Amino acid sequence: MTENPNKKRLRRSMMFLNAQKPSLIKDPYIYKIDSLMLDLEDAVAVTAKDTARFSLYHALKTIDYRGAERVVRINGLDTDLWEEDIRCSVAGGADVIRIPKTENADMVRAVEEKVVQAEEEFNREPGSTLIMAALESAKGVMNAYEVCMASDRMIGIALSGGDYTKDLQTKITGTGVELMGARQHMIIAARAAGVQCFDTVWTNLDDMEGFRKDVQTIHDMGFDGKSCINPRQIDIVHKIFTPTQKEIIFSEKVIREIDDKKAKGIGVFTVDGKMIDIAFYDGAKRNIMLAKAAGVYKGDL
Amino acid sequence: MEIKKPAVAGTMESSDCQVTVEPGNGSVEFSLDSAVAHQFGNQIRKVTFETLKNLGVDNVKISIVDKGALDCTIKARIEGAVFRSVGQDKNLPWGGAIR
Repeated sequence: MTENPNKKRLRRSMMFLNAQKPSLIKDPYIYKIDSLMLDLEDAVAVTAKDTARFSLYHALKTIDYRGAERVVRINGLDTDLWEEDIRCSVAGGADVIRIPKTENADMVRAVEEKVVQAEEEFNREPGSTLIMAALESAKGVMNAYEVCMASDRMIGIALSGGDYTKDLQTKITGTGVELMGARQHMIIAARAAGVQCFDTVWTNLDDMEGFRKDVQTIHDMGFDGKSCINPRQIDIVHKIFTPTQKEIIFSEKVIREIDDKKAKGIGVFTVDGKMIDIAFYDGAKRNIMLAKAAGVYKGDL
Repeated sequence: MEIKKPAVAGTMESSDCQVTVEPGNGSVEFSLDSAVAHQFGNQIRKVTFETLKNLGVDNVKISIVDKGALDCTIKARIEGAVFRSVGQDKNLPWGGAIR
């Protein structure tokens, strides 16, 4: 199995959509979202679990989502629904399976086993279906690293703040204080494992300034993206996760200067009055990569 | 597939449709209630008969209340109703009879 080229794609925004609602799944690409998460789990009523799969299958097969990644959130491994959810998603050609309420590596491996079987059954290319895991409990957060390392298909982990704070015996306060530990632990675990890390949703749609601050915080912490529940949130996320022109120009200079100075045998020097050495190289490269992916890079690096 | 008992799938929300299937009288009896029937009635009928053929259903009373559903939604709701009617929600023929 060769590594799936989409494993590390740009995922600044991931929008939750109820797979059961045709009005939601027919044209969400107009919001230019990076990833769509078609939900078979909590958004779908217990009485509609069966019919939601048919909607999902045909949406995956026939709707052109214009480059947006199609993630499917399956039902929990404590239900009798998840195995058929995986058959349906893989047969339809979903890009990623999102596991809810993940607590350990065994759960990831159980899903992976079913994904492998489904890829074979439906003639999908082996390895074409990626996996991500939502951590929704104290135990899940504690086991973040083993979850990240559980499968070659793993793209990353996402925090699910509502359930997690319930487990902590607190609530979402809007300040982020209750999520601090989980966020810090998860981003460290994800980076140690070489996968991505996604933050939880912001549910108070009347407080857009609070949302903006929340996104800035997780961006500064190193997260790759934010889960969204409303189209109004997407632009804010994309702006914060796209390097500014100033950052792009500086990153270009850093890359060029490091390449040039290395050839001349110089290790540390200044760019625009700031001390620069090799430690800045990867960050600058990443900025250019983000700028390219966001379509705002006009240079030739 | 044989329609054994009445079953319903779908909702009356915008962009959706509600499909009801009942045991037939030897053929496919189709009825449609749609605000856009004059424009899309033939297309909805065509999708319905194709979907039923793929499922191997030839003896059914099927009625559709359409609220502006795309073809893929109409298919999904017909399949939803038919598989509910026969009580199957596991090991479904994705990519086979469901296509």
